[in-house]
Amino acid sequence: MTETSTLHTLAARAGAATPPALAARVRGLSDRAIAWLFITPTVLLLLAINVFPLIWTVRLSFTNYRANRPDAPLRWLGLDNYTRILGDPDVWYAMQATAHFVVWSITLQVLLGFGLALLINRRFRGHGFWTTLILLPMMLSPAVVGNFWTFLFQPQTGLFNHVVAFVTGIDPGSFQMIGDVRLAPWAIVLVDTWMWTPYVMLICLAGLRSIPDDIYEAAEVDRAGPLRRFWSITLPMVLPFLMLAVLFRGIENFRMFDMVNLLTSGGPGSTTEVASITLKREAFEKWRTGYSSAFAVILFVTVFGLANIYVKALNAVRQR
Amino acid sequence: MSAPASAPGTWGTRLAALAVILYAVVTIAPLLWIVQTGFKTPSDAIAYPPKVFAEPSLEGYVNLFTTRSRQTEEYIAGLPPPDSWVERLVRSRNMVIAGPSKVGERFVNSLIVGFGSTFLAVFLGTLAAYAFSRFRVPLKDDLMFFILSTRMMPPIAVAIPIYLMYRELGLTDTHLGMILLYTAVNVSLAVWLLKGFIDEIPREYEEAALIDGYSRLAAFRKVVLPQAATGIAATAIFCLIFAWNEYAFAVLLTSGEAQTMPPFIPFIIGEGGQDWPAVAAATTLFLIPIVVFTVLLRKHLLRGITFGAVRR
Repeated sequence: MTETSTLHTLAARAGAATPPALAARVRGLSDRAIAWLFITPTVLLLLAINVFPLIWTVRLSFTNYRANRPDAPLRWLGLDNYTRILGDPDVWYAMQATAHFVVWSITLQVLLGFGLALLINRRFRGHGFWTTLILLPMMLSPAVVGNFWTFLFQPQTGLFNHVVAFVTGIDPGSFQMIGDVRLAPWAIVLVDTWMWTPYVMLICLAGLRSIPDDIYEAAEVDRAGPLRRFWSITLPMVLPFLMLAVLFRGIENFRMFDMVNLLTSGGPGSTTEVASITLKREAFEKWRTGYSSAFAVILFVTVFGLANIYVKALNAVRQR
Repeated sequence: MSAPASAPGTWGTRLAALAVILYAVVTIAPLLWIVQTGFKTPSDAIAYPPKVFAEPSLEGYVNLFTTRSRQTEEYIAGLPPPDSWVERLVRSRNMVIAGPSKVGERFVNSLIVGFGSTFLAVFLGTLAAYAFSRFRVPLKDDLMFFILSTRMMPPIAVAIPIYLMYRELGLTDTHLGMILLYTAVNVSLAVWLLKGFIDEIPREYEEAALIDGYSRLAAFRKVVLPQAATGIAATAIFCLIFAWNEYAFAVLLTSGEAQTMPPFIPFIIGEGGQDWPAVAAATTLFLIPIVVFTVLLRKHLLRGITFGAVRR
């Protein structure tokens, strides 16, 4: 009774606040019209700033266009750019560097992140505070992170080298994380792991907290040991969450640009030249716009294809 | 690895706490080091071995906010006495202040582009999310996936045609250009997150309002929006963080007028290379808002970083 009366007064207030002509016009909008009215601006914006450029990229990828010489005669090359890319050793090198980076950074993040989540899930006193501290690196700007790690990696004066020297006893000036062709690929993996382990940790923690306690209690009744409980309860229940984290990290690291660009800018030589850095060199330093457009299309199709296959696997795991 | 219900006082839990605290300390140390470097003198910042305890100095902050020129000692001795500690500090290095640096403008650019794009993305995102949440939209799943997939492209790949398009339209190095670009990137996050938040508001509230004679739009404005306020705020902060941190588009599409902080910070140069205390000072000032936001967002962090796929 009270409820309906409140609603009546609300309606009365709304009616009083709205001029009748406007009210009639607005009320006239069907749900369908509102749906389109609400969705169209977003779709138009995405068409203008994502889809149209993508189509433009595809078109350019069949030409010899160079953005620094817009007036040069445009030639139609057909699939030449694509065949040249697939035969370009630099491109294959970049793909290998990307694969090394993606596989190792994600492996380390999964191991560390899952481990940390298991520890934090024991809910010791003050775990909220320490968790927030651990989360900080992933909220930072990757470019700024890449930049200040160059400072930490300075061989003579950097904090990192001195901490390693302190722990292992070797000379801090005897190794260069960024300057050495063997170490640089690990430097980018290390910084990425530092930055994004909390991401995997947070998602795993959500997975762990989604497991109802009574499953463990039932397992205890069945005398399942801790290892058995981990393999048959914890891991399978967390797996969909973990796979989701890997999906997001995988996409992000496949397109990695900012952190690596500022940490090593692809060097030394081209040892840390991941795909996006090669792409930037081709497009904005060598100005081979057509060629780099074809590379961009190949990268996009690769990410999209891999992500789709992966999502199918993820859904299969979820349905189990 | 046992059930989370283990008692808080056991040895296992204590060991877990110790390991987590150790990780937290190791992971935060680089950040603290950078903050401290901002308060060192340039020579202390690159001392060998590194100085854990150095005499605090504001030289980094002074260098960050000013441009200076080197002068002879005789010239400086001939100047009238310094009228502030800043000037005294600069003169002790045989330099005089030539003027303010660009950092103020860059900071303002970051604010304009960040807030502008956040406002637009959240505005468009709220409308679209409401429609996706409440109405039958043909091809809804495809549209939602399309909106998400725009986030999968490498930024450099998108940057090539955007660079050309902006050059044609005169949007290169303008606030409007950057706002539109960041809005387009953020709107996908906004739609996905806000749809999750709006899905959680019971439909009954609106239905009651509709029965009561409210129009759809009035019900949206007076019932749904207030209920979604927390979600909208959280989404806005995520959008703001993205725009604040973004580098790839900023470095390719801005050079002066509209340049934001991330492409600016690494190129704060002193005499003989990067001026590390000034870079560290800029980094510190740049990170403070992010730390505040992280604390504010704690409850919604998980949602934000997974596009709403994991809720709690």
